[in-house]
Amino acid sequence: MPVTVELPKEKWNGKVREITLGATPAQGGTRTSTVTVGGETTLPFLHFEGSIPYRPAIAVEIQDVPPQDWSTTLLEAWDTAASDPVSWAKKAVELGADALAVKLRGTHPERQSRSAAEAAETVKAILGAVGVPLIVYGPEVAEKDNEVLVAVAEAAAGERLALGNCEDKNYRTIVAGALAHGHLVVAKTPIDVNLAKQLNILISDMGLPLDRVLMDPTTGALGYGIEYTYSVMERLRLAALMGDSMTQQPMICTVGEESWRQKESKVKDGVPSLWGDFAERGPLWEMATAMALLQSGADILVLRHPKTIKTMRETISKLMSS
Amino acid sequence: MALSGLDIYKLLPKTNCKECGFPTCLAFAMKLSQKGVELSACPYVSDEAKAALEAASSPPIRLITIGTGENKIVVGNEVVLFRHEKTFYHEPGLVVRVADSWEPGKIAEVVSQVDSYVVERVGMKLTLNGIAVENVSGDATKFVQVVQLVKQKTALPLVLMSANAAAMDAALQIAGPDKPLVYAATPENWQAYADLAKKYACSLAITDSGDLSRLGSLAESVIKAGVADLVLDPGTRNLADSLASLTQLRRLALKKNLRLLGFPILALAGGDDSTLEEQTILATELIAKYAGIVVLGRFDPTGIYPLLAFRQNIYTDPQKPIQVSPGLYKFGEPGEQSPLLITTNFSLTYFTVAGEVEGSGVPSWLVIADSEGMSVLTAWAAGKFDAEKIAKSVKSAGMDDKLGHRKLVIPGYVATLSGEVEEELPGWQILVGPREAVDIPSYLKTVWKAA
Ligand code: B12
Ligand code: SF4
Repeated sequence: MPVTVELPKEKWNGKVREITLGATPAQGGTRTSTVTVGGETTLPFLHFEGSIPYRPAIAVEIQDVPPQDWSTTLLEAWDTAASDPVSWAKKAVELGADALAVKLRGTHPERQSRSAAEAAETVKAILGAVGVPLIVYGPEVAEKDNEVLVAVAEAAAGERLALGNCEDKNYRTIVAGALAHGHLVVAKTPIDVNLAKQLNILISDMGLPLDRVLMDPTTGALGYGIEYTYSVMERLRLAALMGDSMTQQPMICTVGEESWRQKESKVKDGVPSLWGDFAERGPLWEMATAMALLQSGADILVLRHPKTIKTMRETISKLMSS
Repeated sequence: MALSGLDIYKLLPKTNCKECGFPTCLAFAMKLSQKGVELSACPYVSDEAKAALEAASSPPIRLITIGTGENKIVVGNEVVLFRHEKTFYHEPGLVVRVADSWEPGKIAEVVSQVDSYVVERVGMKLTLNGIAVENVSGDATKFVQVVQLVKQKTALPLVLMSANAAAMDAALQIAGPDKPLVYAATPENWQAYADLAKKYACSLAITDSGDLSRLGSLAESVIKAGVADLVLDPGTRNLADSLASLTQLRRLALKKNLRLLGFPILALAGGDDSTLEEQTILATELIAKYAGIVVLGRFDPTGIYPLLAFRQNIYTDPQKPIQVSPGLYKFGEPGEQSPLLITTNFSLTYFTVAGEVEGSGVPSWLVIADSEGMSVLTAWAAGKFDAEKIAKSVKSAGMDDKLGHRKLVIPGYVATLSGEVEEELPGWQILVGPREAVDIPSYLKTVWKAA
């Protein structure tokens, strides 16, 4: 007697919000391409069960000043491109970036302490050089973030940038800037479902529509807390599909930054030989971190190494084909 | 699925003979449903009732053992789809494939490397779990020779992969007592493979690259033929299809209670022609999403370490972080003038710091504060690693008597605490160490010396 197995499908009634980064001239910006993420009505890549209208996007991290503490593997890969944000941006787009994540580290009080006006100039220059949407981060010091991001928001009015990070203690000024000049924000909370929901509520209470809020659940790298991130993302995504409106934001993960902080990616000598080849190790750990988080619901991966960018592009294509 | 007392009662003789020590069959059934008594206490249950009760109390995904002794792979018995719902219990076995068509020298080398591969993380030794020998040549003699060679090089469990029943039989004659996994029964050959699995009392993998209904039919045939220990290979090989089929199998077992497909899953990650990146990415997906055994097409240490780390991460119990005991730890033979550092009792934090302090070669004292298993910044943000806690930990470790100096190194990430700690520990000088543990050796050798 042949057995008939009915495929087990869940009936979800929720949907992840669709969010578009970047605006073309017709939409009031200057971008030649935009990125839309979200819209899923099922868990990651379960095409048999629901729709996944958009591919997860790859944002490539670049900085306004040459990075100081980056692994030699990364510095060698980007070579001279990393010495100038415009050439870096162009190279990243050539390598397949859907968007750029611009970190304005130079504005940090302990780095060059660049002014907000200078930072805005840098962003303008990058916008002039490439056509992809930008995600822009301040120095991650509350007061300076406000100053820098407001200046950037104004200088790039209408571009639908994503401004990050909004955190529970520091979101008002940034949200106000996004509201006034037609941008999006990144809402970041420390690996906690309730805190994520709460911040989304606070931001939407200020009048920013939720289709302009990306959610960063905080990334722990492979070997350094990834299991916490993985599970909180699964919980957020399940809640979203079950219809909890305040968890329905697409998720952005800072994979590169976290993964390249770790010893495995940074240290060449004096480590066990079984850790393997140094030049390959860093990208591979970054790829595995990215893959794990795609499985738990990442909609935007922020990556660092050119090899990771290429491999994750191919991987996403494979995951999307069925 | 557990049966209720009433369900069990229906299966009992209902004679109320009291031989079980209970006044009625119903009373016995009630106690049995609470697991307060063994079924064997009733001498009169029919074989049929026994079978029904056993099936009902068995786990939805059967526990399968491959190999023998301390290296054996034990998989199955999972109870949730998402680790936050409870935990994932049995780490998937990571097995490396060798082909009998390779040069014997290459096979021997790969097997030895797999056998001796061990990395230490968070105080645990992470290792690979077995070797899959594939009969690519199709030749029985060659297969047996290679199985023999592999057995000489390792005591790790084996997966024997051959489509030739005669070759499989010959290999099992030498490897059968080691309880390898027999791979694989198909709709064409299942009778012969079921016979082999029974003859050598080994677990049997079944595979059908059609759909899950066909896999279910195959499972039914093999189970009827008397094989109880199965492993399923749905035959999907790419990222999207594997994710779909493995998710469906896990759901069928747990949510639909489908016994026919309630077995661990074996999946192949990469063959001769896939790149290290492709293998690593597919294996990462398989570890996260429901594989019980992952057969890696190639061995490369660079690609093994992240998989072992990821498996360790995903299979930790989400309810309780791994912790070490608070207290005083010594590295080398520290004396009165040796440096004193403090950190938290989250295992990951402790082992990261301990590794560097040890590696520095500078004899040192390390106080571990009880942060309830939280990392430095998490504990600081949660109020479990504040100035008071730091001071108390240093005092209760008896450092006042053990040291000739009064200098304490705190983690760089909690630099803001230094003033408060100085207030809590009058007479002490608080030194702010580097942020990342990697920089501790150079710090101890230069900055600390000068302080
Ligand atoms: C995983 C994680 C969690 C896990 C807990 C993990 C655990 N068991 O500790 C969970 C999800 C439970 C969690 C919870 C919270 N978290 Co949390 N979490 C993280 C995360 C992602 C990783 C932490 C980690 O494991 N790091 C790895 C370990 C090894 O790092 P470490 O202990 O710091 O050790 C390193 C260094 O400090 C150094 N070092 C350690 N000891 C010593 C000693 C000396 C002498 C020296 C020199 C160096 C040194 O060496 C190590 C390696 O370099 C970080 C963000 C991130 N990406 O880092 C946030 C983070 C730490 N969390 C944060 C917060 C706010 C919280 C919560 C308070 C949120 C909330 N309000 O609920 C809660 C608190 C817990 C509670 N109330 O129960 C914040 C802290 C903010 C801040 N800067 O103060 C962070 C930084 C995230 C963020 N950016 O907002 N978190
Ligand atoms: S021994 Fe069996 S038949 Fe007799 S009372 Fe107990 S349960 Fe009923």
